[in-house]
Amino acid sequence: MEEEIVLLKGNEAIAHAAIRCGCDGFFGYPITPQSEILETLALEKPWETTGMVVLQAESELASINMIYGGGATGKRVMTSSSSPGIALMQEGITYMAGAEIPGLIINVQRGGPGLGTIQPSQSDYIQATRGGGNGDYNNIVLAPATVQEMADFVDLGFELAFKYRMPVMMLSDGVIGQMMEKVKLPAFKARLTREQIEERYPWAASGRRGGQKPRVFSSLDLDPAVMEQHNKDLQEKYELIKREEVRCEMTRCEDADIVIVAFGSAARISRKAMEMCREKGIKVGIIRPITLWPFPTNEIKQLAKTCKKFLCVEINAGQMIDDIRLAVEGSRPVSFYGRCGGMVPTPDEIEKAIIECQNS
Amino acid sequence: MTKEELIQPANIVYEKPHLLNDEPMHYCPGCSHGMVHKLVAEIIEEMGLEGNTIGVCPVGCAVFAYRYIDIDWIEAAHGRAPAVATAVNRMWPDHLVFTYQGDGDLACIGTAETIHALNRGENITVIFINNAIYGMTGGQMAPTTLVGMKTSTCPYGRQTDLHGFPLQITQIAASLAGTCYVTRQAVHTVAAINRTKKAIRKAFENSLQHKGCSFVEVVSTCNAGWKMPPEKANEWMEENLFKAYPLGDLKDQNIKD
Repeated sequence: MEEEIVLLKGNEAIAHAAIRCGCDGFFGYPITPQSEILETLALEKPWETTGMVVLQAESELASINMIYGGGATGKRVMTSSSSPGIALMQEGITYMAGAEIPGLIINVQRGGPGLGTIQPSQSDYIQATRGGGNGDYNNIVLAPATVQEMADFVDLGFELAFKYRMPVMMLSDGVIGQMMEKVKLPAFKARLTREQIEERYPWAASGRRGGQKPRVFSSLDLDPAVMEQHNKDLQEKYELIKREEVRCEMTRCEDADIVIVAFGSAARISRKAMEMCREKGIKVGIIRPITLWPFPTNEIKQLAKTCKKFLCVEINAGQMIDDIRLAVEGSRPVSFYGRCGGMVPTPDEIEKAIIECQNS
Repeated sequence: MTKEELIQPANIVYEKPHLLNDEPMHYCPGCSHGMVHKLVAEIIEEMGLEGNTIGVCPVGCAVFAYRYIDIDWIEAAHGRAPAVATAVNRMWPDHLVFTYQGDGDLACIGTAETIHALNRGENITVIFINNAIYGMTGGQMAPTTLVGMKTSTCPYGRQTDLHGFPLQITQIAASLAGTCYVTRQAVHTVAAINRTKKAIRKAFENSLQHKGCSFVEVVSTCNAGWKMPPEKANEWMEENLFKAYPLGDLKDQNIKD
């Protein structure tokens, strides 16, 4: 089937994009505000069309470990959840990082801590970008700001996950998950056959044929010298990703005195505030990190040469601001505006924060 | 005379399975794991399944099972093997997918994953080594530790008022609609080994025929954890463990008819 333009919720867009991009399996557990992903897949029953498996697991712990197993077979498998469920998944994510297993994890964030609220938030930024589980690891984090990006980042997420053999997280939030927008769904892509998987991913566990070396997925080694080397290899991969995979979007930064740094929903709302300020003659621009890890450190460092001040806007108590400060290295002041606990800032509030930033 | 001169092909009456490699096993002398590993390798080889088999190993003494049997393996997080195997089998539905787990892994930290994979009727085989103790971490109390049995975390013996009761996970397995075959075996005698081999083979056949989940418990010794010489451990197992965990089939039916 060809491309199609439809009106969808962000969560629904993810489900449709998964079916269309050759996804082999979805394993998930219900939690607000992302349950439409599993519900849409169940309604679409792709197992009768593309052969994609859809399974409701007994817990987030089980679903992430299903991704661990499914990813080891060289198949495109994914899961989705929201903040408290993602916290539970950290065990599986660190095992995937350690055993170098690809997979896509979607976090439609809600406010915390604890059970928190079902309202939107961006308060899992640090957990997502620092590798929320045990050990020295990172995973690529993609931050969509539109329903279109919710759809597009499914395929992109899988491409990156297999390119680097690692878990990739799409860090969305309840605003984009629940919001409806026009979206262009991609044309259908076929799922890979066993032969294609064995050719493309010789590391994948597909059954040892013809005297091949057995494929073993493990994150364990009792010899610390071997484990240190494994860690060094992982770090080398992460350095490569930092050089190759940074993605960000800059709007009106060329002449900006104040540069807003915001991702996802916060970037959309900030954009409106930027337009309001521009009408008043305040020179404001926005840099929107699309990959939160790797972070656009160099891009922000370059902007620090031309702008006067940075304003970090997040829907949390201030998490990404640390990365901005590390990039700016004290050369420019960095202010913060954020709401948390499920509250979302309005353009008016951000406009006020921009004016305060200008006057400070 | 060298080993090669001494062992002539014409004189060979027994060979270990080729899938069982020459890596020295880390298991303690007298432990049941070595025998069950050999049976698993032997059956996969006899059935000609190595090209379509994926094993899922646990955290526990069998954490290094992948070092000894030359098939594709995925090492699961503690207790999660049935969830991992679920996805592997859903991805490769015609493959033989089995988990190999101990009592702490399967019946304690992974109870939820075990019960739900079984109850969904996943077409996998679960091999359950029950030695009533945590071997790898040095002999702590397990969910299957007998009442009165001493371990390093119940040094005065398991007391029901403090520690609750031994978990009859295999009976739970048999009660679930998704299991087609649930059996309890041992490997302490030649006859018992032969019965266990038949049971594992039958379980593997069930998995390939998509009959539902097969569950093979092997009541096992942990002479190091029990602090007994191997022979005494076998006797103790027969006298005590077999009473709490009697051998035999608990369930054998075609649930998908």
